[in-house]
Amino acid sequence: MAEEIKKEPPANFKITIDNITIEVPPGTTILNAARMIGPEVAPPAMCYYSKLKDSGGKCRTCLVEVAAGSTADPRPMPKLVASCRTNVMDGMVVKNVTSEKTLDARKGVVEFLLINHPLDCPICDQAGECHLQDLSYEHGVVQTRYEFKRRAFVREDIGPYIQLHMTRCILCYRCVYVADQLTDNRVHGILDRGDHSDISTYISKAIENDFSGNMIDVCPVGALTDRTFRFKNRVWFLKPMDAHRDCDKCCGKVTLWNRGDEVYRVTTRKDQWGEVQNDENGKPMWICNNCRFDKKQTSDWVIEKPTSINRHSVISANHYQVKVMPHDPLDKLLNGRSPLLLMDIHEESKVNQQDVHLDELFGPATGKTFNGEPLATGHNVTDIKEGVGANTQGTDSTNPGTH
Amino acid sequence: MSKKLLLDKIGIEGIKGFEVYRREGGYKSVEKAFKMQPNDIVEEVKKSGLRGRGGAGFPTGMKWSFLAKPEGVARYLVCNADESEPGTFKDRYLMEFIPHLLIEGMIVSSYTLGSKISYIYIRGEYDWITDILENAIEEARQNGFLGKNILDSGFDCEIYVHRGAGAYICGEETALLESLEGKRGLPRIKPPFPAVKGVWGSPTVVNNVETIAAIVPIINEGGEAYSKIGVGRSTGTKLISACGNINKPGVYEIDMTISVEEFIFSDEYCGGIPNGKRLKACIPGGSSVPILPANLLLKTAKGETRLMNYESLADGGFVTGSMMGSGGFIVLDEDQCVVRHTLTLARFYHHESCGQCSPCREGTGWMEKVFTKIENGKGEMKDIDLLWDIQRKIEGNTICPLGDAAAWPVAAAIRHFRDEFEWHVLNPEECLKRNYGLAHYADELQAPVTA
Ligand SMILES: Cc1cc2nc3c(=O)[nH]c(=O)nc-3n(C[C@H](O)[C@H](O)[C@H](O)COP(=O)(O)O)c2cc1C
Ligand code: SF4
Ligand code: SF4
Ligand code: FES
Repeated sequence: MAEEIKKEPPANFKITIDNITIEVPPGTTILNAARMIGPEVAPPAMCYYSKLKDSGGKCRTCLVEVAAGSTADPRPMPKLVASCRTNVMDGMVVKNVTSEKTLDARKGVVEFLLINHPLDCPICDQAGECHLQDLSYEHGVVQTRYEFKRRAFVREDIGPYIQLHMTRCILCYRCVYVADQLTDNRVHGILDRGDHSDISTYISKAIENDFSGNMIDVCPVGALTDRTFRFKNRVWFLKPMDAHRDCDKCCGKVTLWNRGDEVYRVTTRKDQWGEVQNDENGKPMWICNNCRFDKKQTSDWVIEKPTSINRHSVISANHYQVKVMPHDPLDKLLNGRSPLLLMDIHEESKVNQQDVHLDELFGPATGKTFNGEPLATGHNVTDIKEGVGANTQGTDSTNPGTH
Repeated sequence: MSKKLLLDKIGIEGIKGFEVYRREGGYKSVEKAFKMQPNDIVEEVKKSGLRGRGGAGFPTGMKWSFLAKPEGVARYLVCNADESEPGTFKDRYLMEFIPHLLIEGMIVSSYTLGSKISYIYIRGEYDWITDILENAIEEARQNGFLGKNILDSGFDCEIYVHRGAGAYICGEETALLESLEGKRGLPRIKPPFPAVKGVWGSPTVVNNVETIAAIVPIINEGGEAYSKIGVGRSTGTKLISACGNINKPGVYEIDMTISVEEFIFSDEYCGGIPNGKRLKACIPGGSSVPILPANLLLKTAKGETRLMNYESLADGGFVTGSMMGSGGFIVLDEDQCVVRHTLTLARFYHHESCGQCSPCREGTGWMEKVFTKIENGKGEMKDIDLLWDIQRKIEGNTICPLGDAAAWPVAAAIRHFRDEFEWHVLNPEECLKRNYGLAHYADELQAPVTA
């Protein structure tokens, strides 16, 4: 008998995602293949984190339709699959944004993630770099259909560096994997089950082992925040810069977030998927707690360059990246004249005076407000009562009473 | 009287103990199996047509043949005795009153699969049964049916009973394996399947108690003979645990040729509905399967008599049919409220969701809240559509089938009993005082028009 003719398996698998074909090595997941094509076809991933083993499969935002399983078995898969945990097959055809089914399911997932979310973005440190915000903008709906009380937890300081807002957590399990895979001892985990699952240390232990700060960076939402940065600034007011120092514990390569000369916070360097960047050897550049929490002087660091931030991000607003300074035509226009145009408005006008604080008024300002009656306002404000909605704690409106 | 293969000796005094069990022909299948090659036993099981009794009905012989057998790697058999599905209590009956049947099946199956260490994962609440099983294991060992070199066959086997801690999700096979390993009972993401990477990272077969017990008559009588009992792909006998509004709740062994009507109304089985009430609805296979109104329960949409077997119960798909599931047969009479009943199930799935994946974690709780609102006379018409949309977005989008199991009962309740939901919305005060009643749910269905 002739020996069974064994066909060499193809070195690379061909996969088509949203009509774009690419060749990838066997063992690549659909999600990573899509990322190789680019952000237009890459499904959103809230729980998968390529640098953390076993992550993914949980949030279900990355669901995609498999229209053909492989060349050998071109049948479509009956259910949507989690692209982060499904490997490509040769000849597979995947539909992400071109699939009605996918978009519908994703909309559902976003709604599920939001029904118990506090939506406290205005006072959340993560705002501006929150993956749940991005996801909701892109795939969510404007109105909620949920009309019940939202699940709430008490805020908790887990150790000197990290604060946990369990109410905001989407249970992606990433922080648990960080603790398992990066620190010498995991002291926190998920207690209880179902929608009352709770990230916690068992009986308020402190999380302070080295590298635990990376949990803050992997958390896709504002559930784990940096206590040394809490309420200090909005991220989009800060100027991110790549910097490094010699560190005996970690790579020492970080992003500094400055305002003026002051270092507000230190984070890992992130790639375009919001994950920590790899170094030239393909090793993730996690940073130690010393670099993150204790080196808050610009002089601690060698600054390399401004961090390049995706121009779609709110953080990049006002950070112009241009090679040539625009030429200012004003001098030429004025041609030596000095017109009234440039007078200080406060000296010339009765309205808009600096000593009248608009934020202290209970209603819209009128002429009277600036005419010797600094607290006078318009008439349509009778329903605004003093104190209602005011933030009596001065800090945070979630669980008032706990600090 | 239909043929009994599992419970035929249940009435014999002392059958719980080894001696009587052995005298009545027990452990014969072990002797017979040891003279066979494991592969031939798998063929025999394939021939029998036995389908898994845990709920999904997957052919057991096929499952066994999928087990990976890499050189030098241990393989495991795990018996799923977690039985936590509301309405299902058949495994409990079997383990409590004829424990040696399970142990006998475990030994034969372990030999077939090459499992030298096998586990019985039992739900925590069955604490007294743990003792019964451990006692039976000890008796079997003392009589040379467990331990080293069983009956001089050269085959070693130990069986351990592992108690769960009371979570329904630990009945899902991969969550069960996690729990068995001492971790949180979270379902694993598949692939890899247990047949390749199960407990302790080794190839594993997970089977239901009844499935493993059924191996005994298959070996004794032969796969061929077993497959002749029943109809079509529903071979052998099935244990049904019947409960709800019936005269004789309990566990019945049926061969799968009887009709649903006979099962509910004949004196041999449920004995009809008490107090002269009429049948309104039924969940034929445990809380996860679709509920059917009386008319669709007794006759299929095609107008044929519905039988108590896999194919017939599933006839019509989810639109007009249901499933055999785990055999938890729940009967509702005309005084029961389907909204309230489904709320109870929604609460159960909300409570039991492991919380790993967002649709099930968030969706189950949401459904329970909307149900509570409707049941309390505060519902609006849009809530019914909302429920439909929530279950639709859970189904098929989760890691494990618990999400589907939470969605299906809701879908079926709305599909078949929508007017009962609407009645709650339109009569917010009345619905607190009385139930909707039987309405038209038992009316003869129009025979479908065929072109
Ligand atoms: C949420 C959930 C709960 C389950 N509970 C049980 C159970 O209690 N007992 C059981 O035998 N199978 C249960 N199953 C089915 C098992 O996952 C598995 O399919 C079964 O044990 C396989 O055995 P079988 O092939 O003998 O039916 C459950 C499945 C799910 C998704
Ligand atoms: S705290 Fe953050 S990282 Fe941890 S599970 Fe919750 S969302 Fe994920
Ligand atoms: S479907 Fe529900 S029970 Fe199953 S893994 Fe997801 S959250 Fe857990
Ligand atoms: S990213 Fe794939 S399931 Fe969360």
